[in-house]
Amino acid sequence: MFTQWFKNRWMLLISVLLSLHAHAEITWNFPTPATPMAEDTLHVHNKFMLIVMVIFLVVLGIMIYSIYNHRKSKGFKAAKFDGPSNKSQLIWTLVPFAILLYIDFILMGIPAYHSVVAMEDTKTNADMVIKVTGSQWRWQYEYMDGDAQGLKFVSNLKTSEDEIYNKTDKNPQYLLDVDNHLVLPVDKKVRVLLTSTDVIHNWWVPAFGAARDAIPGFLRETWVKIDKPGVYRGQCKELCGKGHGFMPVVVEAVPEADYKVWVEAQKVKLAAAAEGANKEWSKDELVAKGKEVYAKNCQVCHQANGKGLPPAFPSLVDSAIVKGKIFDEQGKLLKDSHLDRVLNGKGVMPAWKSVLNDVEIAAVVTYERVDFGGMSDTLQPAQVKALR
Amino acid sequence: MASKSQQAEHYFVPNPVIYPVIVSLGLLSLASGFIFNVNNYAAGGWMMLVGTILILSMVFKWMGSIIAESEGGLYKKWEDKSFRVGMIVFICSEVAFFAAFFGALFFMRVISIPELASFDPNFTMYKDFVANWPSAGPGGVVLGKEYVPAKFEPMGAWGLPAINTLLLLTSGATVTWAHWGILKNNRRQLVLGLFMTVALGIAFLACQAVEYHHAYTEMGLTLGAGAYGASFFMLTGFHGFHVLLGTIMLIVILLRSMKGHFTAQRHFGFEGVAWYWHFVDVVWLGLFVFVYWL
Amino acid sequence: MSSQATVHHDHHDDHHPTGIMRWLTTTNHKDIGTMYLVFSLIMFLLGGIMILGVRAELFQPGLQLVKPEFFNQLIGVHALIMIFAALMPAATGFANWMLPLQIGAPDMALPRLNNWGFWLLPPAAILLTLPFTLALFGIGDGAIATGWTFYAPLSVQGGIGVDFAIFAVHLLGVSSVLGSINVIVTILNMRAPGMTLMKMPMFAWSWLVTAFLLIATIPVLAGAVTMLLTDRHFGTHFFDAAGGGDPILFQHLFWFFGHPEVYIVLLPVWGFMPQILQTFSRKPMYGYKAQVYSLWAIGILALVVWAHHFFTVGMPVPALLYFMYSTMSISLPLAVLFFCWIATIWKGSLTFETPMLFAIGWIVLFGIGGLTGLVLADVAADAQYHHTYFVVAHFHYTLFAGGIMGIMAGVYYWLPKMTGHMFSERLGKLHFWLTAISFNLTFIPQFFLGLAGMPRRIPDYALQFAEFNMISSCAAFVLGLSQLIFVYNIISCVRGGKKATNKVWEGAEGLEWTLSSPPPYHSFTEQPVVK
Ligand code: HEA
Ligand code: HEA
Ligand code: HEC
Ligand code: CUA
Ligand SMILES: [Cu+2]
Repeated sequence: MFTQWFKNRWMLLISVLLSLHAHAEITWNFPTPATPMAEDTLHVHNKFMLIVMVIFLVVLGIMIYSIYNHRKSKGFKAAKFDGPSNKSQLIWTLVPFAILLYIDFILMGIPAYHSVVAMEDTKTNADMVIKVTGSQWRWQYEYMDGDAQGLKFVSNLKTSEDEIYNKTDKNPQYLLDVDNHLVLPVDKKVRVLLTSTDVIHNWWVPAFGAARDAIPGFLRETWVKIDKPGVYRGQCKELCGKGHGFMPVVVEAVPEADYKVWVEAQKVKLAAAAEGANKEWSKDELVAKGKEVYAKNCQVCHQANGKGLPPAFPSLVDSAIVKGKIFDEQGKLLKDSHLDRVLNGKGVMPAWKSVLNDVEIAAVVTYERVDFGGMSDTLQPAQVKALR
Repeated sequence: MASKSQQAEHYFVPNPVIYPVIVSLGLLSLASGFIFNVNNYAAGGWMMLVGTILILSMVFKWMGSIIAESEGGLYKKWEDKSFRVGMIVFICSEVAFFAAFFGALFFMRVISIPELASFDPNFTMYKDFVANWPSAGPGGVVLGKEYVPAKFEPMGAWGLPAINTLLLLTSGATVTWAHWGILKNNRRQLVLGLFMTVALGIAFLACQAVEYHHAYTEMGLTLGAGAYGASFFMLTGFHGFHVLLGTIMLIVILLRSMKGHFTAQRHFGFEGVAWYWHFVDVVWLGLFVFVYWL
Repeated sequence: MSSQATVHHDHHDDHHPTGIMRWLTTTNHKDIGTMYLVFSLIMFLLGGIMILGVRAELFQPGLQLVKPEFFNQLIGVHALIMIFAALMPAATGFANWMLPLQIGAPDMALPRLNNWGFWLLPPAAILLTLPFTLALFGIGDGAIATGWTFYAPLSVQGGIGVDFAIFAVHLLGVSSVLGSINVIVTILNMRAPGMTLMKMPMFAWSWLVTAFLLIATIPVLAGAVTMLLTDRHFGTHFFDAAGGGDPILFQHLFWFFGHPEVYIVLLPVWGFMPQILQTFSRKPMYGYKAQVYSLWAIGILALVVWAHHFFTVGMPVPALLYFMYSTMSISLPLAVLFFCWIATIWKGSLTFETPMLFAIGWIVLFGIGGLTGLVLADVAADAQYHHTYFVVAHFHYTLFAGGIMGIMAGVYYWLPKMTGHMFSERLGKLHFWLTAISFNLTFIPQFFLGLAGMPRRIPDYALQFAEFNMISSCAAFVLGLSQLIFVYNIISCVRGGKKATNKVWEGAEGLEWTLSSPPPYHSFTEQPVVK
């Protein structure tokens, strides 16, 4: 079996190598820029690469010449010199030094200066502001002004476990696909604020040339101004725990008119969801909805069967918290109760209060109590809403 | 620098010893015991005990053999210089260690706290936070719907801390006075000077214990009291720990002096400890100014 | 440097315990040096095996062999082991073996501390790797999973492995500080009469700078991980915004140590490399003074450029500019060094024994590492490179090619002196070519992966990265297997082989070559006089 495994891999490798140059996907440089900043970065990068390549080739050339010509086997006798001693040799050292100074601080230093200043100029002429919040292991987007103000949603990885564990074929956007894209209008300067709820993440889209850390408790910012409509993909690039490889960033840039339409549609959806919090839900409805929510948000840590991965992630099956009371006699939320834990989190366990809406929280708690705790009570969205 | 006269000498290379290996084993046991302890595994306490015993007994023996070698006349000028340079470098590394904590203090005070207070209130989660020092940071407890910043009283500079400054400065003087004693071969002055230094060191530690007790029980000033509490206790705590070590070393030197060790020409053991003591003294001045006073 | 040595053999018996007790208790600089080098080799293999697990997982997209959390543990421990337990001990091993020989000293200045310095390492290695084993017994969830950089708050929320790593770092730090004290004292106080500072071998100079950096930065790392420990267990808020602390504070403290660290591991190599080059060029090294000044310039600059490792955290523009330009200026003293190395071989009478092959290959490959480092220093482009495989490739060109291959050159250069036997030239050359080729095949694709946008520290990746990863993984296995030749060559050289002469290499210069091969147990009982 093992040899078979190896044989397959080797065959795979060989066929891959053969088809290498025919592959259109392989890129040898930065992806095509979609913002002025990425454009700038690409230029700077190309220029610097050229410079260091030239330096490298010069150094290499001298060495090869020496290795070839100054061999003992060719009978070459060692010359006698061991260091600068007179004026002409001083010049010999000063001139290259000046050239290096020129390369470092003029040739490379000046364009670098301009790019840095442009990159940090987040506020002037900004057309809109969005806030991006990193959490283990998803991004949350919030529109801070304009028509879309108040619009807020979570963006989760869409790739299925089966794809990751090689049980089905991988789709072309493997690991780079999410359920809710961030939608932005083209040709608008968007100021992007970043923060995090747990550890440091880094919001990065290569085609934008923008990468910035999202730091818990602090605000960081960057900006994008997308030239062309399209879907742009990136990834979190600061190690943030076991799901670090699984929190892609997907931005969909659309013309302004389409953007307006999208915003209206989102608002309608939001209103419907808020409406849902007022109605009475049946147990089955809640469990069905909760199962969905669970699979999307909780399963990474607590696993599909609810058994978790102790000791890091506790099991919800037979958990005293899941089986315990939620409200006390006066109807106040008990500390360290099931709902308290889900709303406010603890340590590694994220706080879901600002991530999930009332219906989702009520549903997932009900689902856990029924499926893992063997209970039969329900938690109504209205009860959650009352706590906000 | 090596000179002609040293060339004829033999440099003292000690015989093979087992102490270092056992100290390392002790450290392994102490460290893993500590880890088990803070992570609530039962065996931790015992492992720490075993480690501590191993380390202490080996340090005792190791120092014992150094004293024996020293008194046996095995260390001459050449070796003496090695010890001196070594001690200076060691103290430099200690300076760097304290620099890390001072650095943390300045960073939080000058950069992170003002920054946390400066964010646009429309976007930040810490809307009501204003920067001032001392500060426990923006995160307080939310009682009901109301936000209450963490409460504590900062430690004033002009009570116990000022007394402690006097104690330490005086002890610096007494240890120098003791040094003059040995240089003049006046052993009474040496012993008396050392005795006073030890006494002052102990008095300092006692004052600090009172201060800590007060902070924890009455002022709400704890390790958990944000940037101020953390840097206050870590800085003064590590300093206090160094005072403790210094005092113990001074006691050893005092006992040796009473036994008639050291000569006017050769007393590196004394000087090494004295340097260390002065270093601890200087760190305190930094603490007094930046932690208590400003 | 002209030197003339008068060697008197030591006639009184050197009685020391035998068997295992010899090694546990030794105060002899050569024994301790040997232990450092052997330890380093073992740890290199261990760290390599861990990363082979990683490369196997990265062979193709999808999760096949390891879980993500275990993957993160592997990369962090790989790096900590390679840097702290393979590279640094190798450099200290050479310092122990060669400094007394090169400066004509009877031994290191503080032999008992020297022994302790070594014996702190095995406990530290145990602390680093123990959590893997404990996890098998259900204690904790494995080793540190934050990468080697310990970034808070990920390390604050991490498991028991972080605590183990913190204490491992403490022990390693104590060991490094002891080693540095010893080296500084030895160099300042134990030189042979007549050997002024400016006549010292370059290796001694480079170690002096290294020790200076270690003394200045290791305690800061110790402080940083101590704060991490109290944040984890005793309620402090150094790295927590809620208490007025800042996660970025940790990064400042870590990289204040971490950047000098990369020069700490390379400076010793920059010290002995010109000695190797001059030996096989049969021509004195070029620009001795210029090299000494450059080493110090690098040492000082190293302390003031640390923030180029976190350009993307959002620093104020002046800070960004300052750190960018100061980082770039390190290329100036390094250019001087490169110039001197090349001028040393220029018009020499060159031969290409194994050490020289490694030395030449080292200049070229380290050049690639250094030049890509210079590109990384540009803030705007770094937003793109940062935390991608471009950086991974950069630092393997510096750490593996610059560090490990440099150390290998040193091993081949001094092995005959240390063992008294010649190694197999044929195997040595084979080792060089296999290493050089498979190394490039492993890491050149990673440059392109980085440019195309593959983040580092991910256990699984998007499909467009598949081809390059596959090449890299295959080459990594060849690279790993090639190291077995190295191990075999060393072992057979220790056990026997052609007798080595005192001078070993035709063009060798320096006091160490005036002693027998292997040198007597007590090197210079009476110091030689240097004129
Ligand atoms: C031994 C190790 C070593 C060495 C020597 C270096 C050397 C350098 N490194 Fe590197 N570096 C690392 C190890 C090393 N680095 C590691 C481990 C990391 C990642 C850590 C982590 O995140 O885990 C890293 C990351 C790293 C970054 C951060 C990247 C990021 O995460 O975004 C940067 C950015 O500036 C950088 C820059 C440099 C520079 C400018 C040098 C300079 O010293 C290079 C100087 C050399 C030359 C310039 C070449 C020789 C000169 C000439 C041939 C002469 C002519 C040249 C010119 C004048 C242009 N390095
Ligand atoms: C000195 C430092 C050093 C050295 C030598 C190496 C050596 C190697 N490294 Fe390492 N590496 C780092 C320092 C180093 N690395 C650092 C600092 C990081 C960053 C970690 C982080 O992100 O925090 C890193 C990360 C890192 C990554 C990125 C992981 C990630 O981000 O996801 C990769 C991926 O390819 C990699 C690969 C390799 C390979 C293939 C080697 C090869 O050169 C290894 C070759 C050697 C062997 C393979 C040993 C072979 C031995 C055997 C096979 C014999 C076994 C037999 C017996 C025991 C009897 N390294
Ligand atoms: C990042 C990983 C992670 C995710 C995602 C996560 N949890 Fe948790 N959860 C934890 C951890 C860790 C704990 C233990 C917290 C503690 O006690 O310190 C925990 C504890 C709990 C507990 C208490 C269990 C007990 O017995 O202590 C409940 C209930 C719970 N989580 C529900 C959820 C729900 C519902 C979701 C999704 C909406 C979720 N978790 C998502 C990590 C996670
Ligand atoms: Cu979030 Cu990596
Ligand atoms: Cu650096």
